Amino acid sequence: MMREELKIRVVKGPDGVEFEVDPLRDYFCEAPPASHPPAYAKIVEDLFNWARSHSLWILGFGTGCGAIEMRPLMTPRFDAYRYGIAWRPTPRQANLLVISGYLSVKTLKRAIRAYEQMQNPKYVVGLGSCTINGGMYWDSYNTIKRLDDYMPVDLYITGCMPRPEALLQGFEDLKKLIRAGKAEGANQYAEKFEWYKANQKQVIHDWDMPDYNW
Amino acid sequence: MDFDWMKIPYAFLTLFIVVNYGFLLNAFIQKIGARVGRRHGIPIWQNYADMFKNYGLRSSITHGVMFYLGPVFRLSGGVGLILFVPIIYGSTMFSNMSFAGDLILALYFIFFGTLGMALGAGESGHPHAAIGITRGLSQVTTAELPFALAVFSVALQYQTLSVTDIVAAQQGGVLNWTLFTNPLAVSAAMLSFLGSMMRPPFDVVIAPQEIPIGPPTEYHSSYLALMQTNRAIFPIAKIVIYMNLFFGGATDWPTFFFKVFMIYLWSAFVGVVFPRFRVEQSIRWFLIWAVPLGVLSIVMV
Repeated sequence: MMREELKIRVVKGPDGVEFEVDPLRDYFCEAPPASHPPAYAKIVEDLFNWARSHSLWILGFGTGCGAIEMRPLMTPRFDAYRYGIAWRPTPRQANLLVISGYLSVKTLKRAIRAYEQMQNPKYVVGLGSCTINGGMYWDSYNTIKRLDDYMPVDLYITGCMPRPEALLQGFEDLKKLIRAGKAEGANQYAEKFEWYKANQKQVIHDWDMPDYNW
Repeated sequence: MDFDWMKIPYAFLTLFIVVNYGFLLNAFIQKIGARVGRRHGIPIWQNYADMFKNYGLRSSITHGVMFYLGPVFRLSGGVGLILFVPIIYGSTMFSNMSFAGDLILALYFIFFGTLGMALGAGESGHPHAAIGITRGLSQVTTAELPFALAVFSVALQYQTLSVTDIVAAQQGGVLNWTLFTNPLAVSAAMLSFLGSMMRPPFDVVIAPQEIPIGPPTEYHSSYLALMQTNRAIFPIAKIVIYMNLFFGGATDWPTFFFKVFMIYLWSAFVGVVFPRFRVEQSIRWFLIWAVPLGVLSIVMV
């Protein structure tokens, strides 16, 4: 059941010409995501990995209560900018999605759309116990339990809630993973796309968006 | 036509120095801003990491030809500006391709990138980009107005459209600078300068929390990296024009580095002191405070 604005419709342009708009075909990509393995010589990839690790652009998208722990990182007290961590307002430019805390099914939809619009390579950090096993929402009817079933998670930062210091430490660990070339979540998502989609559709009952959101 | 081919490698050398100086200076100015806010701020080499990362992204999405050309236009605006004004006065190596009417060309290049951006961001089809570019263009246009008036005033004063000649006329002592011979034009231009440096109080157009980051909303990977490269070149290029027109130019690299830094610091200084203007406020501010100064400077000349 697609949403109203995604159905095929006939639009009359300002010049009086009528034309058909198929939003799924015209506005969204029709192909599943492709895997992009490291393409260059090792020394170039190492340089890029160094740059990637020192330029973590977080998508400013808070899903749960953990979002409140991200804000102090921008302030003088914790000042994450000195570690090369910055916040970007658009998924196109961000390369790190922090799922901050519990993820309700409704928010999962938005998180998937945001994740799929980010460019390869991209990283996911699960913040707080809720992303690992549901945490204190383990028996809730509308939150997901394991984030890893729905998108490839590179790193978990445990705690309920983890302090900003723990976040900084977590980002430092993520940097080590990136520099070692082990953070290939985007390719993993592309390769196991069917599996991830099936998992997502299992919990999102009113799937009303395109399968490919980029 | 007699063309000195050696100018081309010299121009590349200039470009190389300017790009690196731009990257470092941008980070340094950001650090100053951060220190005022009692933060440490980004590392001095952060902009290099950001740029390498964006060039190194493995996937990218295009929205059409103009989407490609937008950042290219923007970059060529910055590079063109650098190539057609004399960087170091009196040096054959770093005078680049300056010629008799280069002042008009420079004015054109300053605007060129913004227009390219408008077309490119428009094609991305993102409503935030369209709104952002509308706001950006209206602000840049009013900010350019006092600068254009000041340039005309200076051109009238020295009776030439050649940047090299204007620099030559200012040699021989600080008091020969346009700053002292035509203070009204310089103050109009320096107010306009604030508007084009993307620092507060006039940075609402690209402010992340406003209309998400404005024109570059849809830009990513190499497109964004091109724009970042231009972010390094363009302020320096623009400051070079200011330095040449108003502050006596530079006869060697240390003078160049120092003067460029001081002029850049002016926008940073104002930026950390004053909060942001909304777009309609900044337009009104330019029209009320800067444009009359420019008109007056022409009348006085």
